[in-house]
Amino acid sequence: MEPNIRFDDSGIRVQLCGEIDHHTAKDIRETTDTLIQQRRPKELRLDFSRVSFMDSSGIGLIMGRYRMMSLYGGYLKVINVPEALEKIMILSGLGALNIIERRENNYDSPQRNESEL
Amino acid sequence: MTVRNEMNLSFESRSCNESFARSAVGAFVAQLDPTIGELNDIRTAVSEAVTNCVVHAYRDTIGLIRINVKLTADHTVIIRIRDNGVGIEDVHQAMEPLYTTASSEERAGLGFAVMQSFADSVTVRSKPQKGTTVTLRKTFARRTNHV
Repeated sequence: MEPNIRFDDSGIRVQLCGEIDHHTAKDIRETTDTLIQQRRPKELRLDFSRVSFMDSSGIGLIMGRYRMMSLYGGYLKVINVPEALEKIMILSGLGALNIIERRENNYDSPQRNESEL
Repeated sequence: MTVRNEMNLSFESRSCNESFARSAVGAFVAQLDPTIGELNDIRTAVSEAVTNCVVHAYRDTIGLIRINVKLTADHTVIIRIRDNGVGIEDVHQAMEPLYTTASSEERAGLGFAVMQSFADSVTVRSKPQKGTTVTLRKTFARRTNHV
């Protein structure tokens, strides 16, 4: 499924949907990288709340975006990780990067002025 | 080990079949009444093994991936994933976490580590230019409502 993309003051939020594997990661990677290169956001938030399955391709996806954001002087946040994905997130060692937020802070309030692409 | 049920799948090494493979195996394994977590473990391990076939075994080509699943009387699932691809020169090295031969494609090098963590046991047999067989085993916890 196509990721849903939102822009706000601090950066870009990408709502990922469905299952992330080697096949689906390709499109997500292309979409987010185009956004990063065009907009150079300070912060990129990958929202996993609607992701029902993820294998190690998802870890590669996160690591790659982390590196790209660092390269442009920004940072990556991984937010709203469902319980089903916690096992693979822990195994991957992503916890050491300190980029995972179990819940999203502040950004989800509907009164915020967010434009959808 | 009494085999209670068995199935075989054969499909082309196209990346769109990664989700087909884990879903098909998951649907078959559901007969053992696993927990959601156990089923997710199986789906994840199968996805890793099949992705290895697509990305490595049949790199730049399309070949057949064969999966055999056995369900035993003691709530164990045995999944064998076979390809006739390039094979692995050094299985020990290939199974080391973070080792990958496809870093340019953003492979994390965690495929075998995930299989080992999500299944009870993983065995790999491989011959260069002949192919690779990965066998995953997992025993599900017995639950009181099991008949």
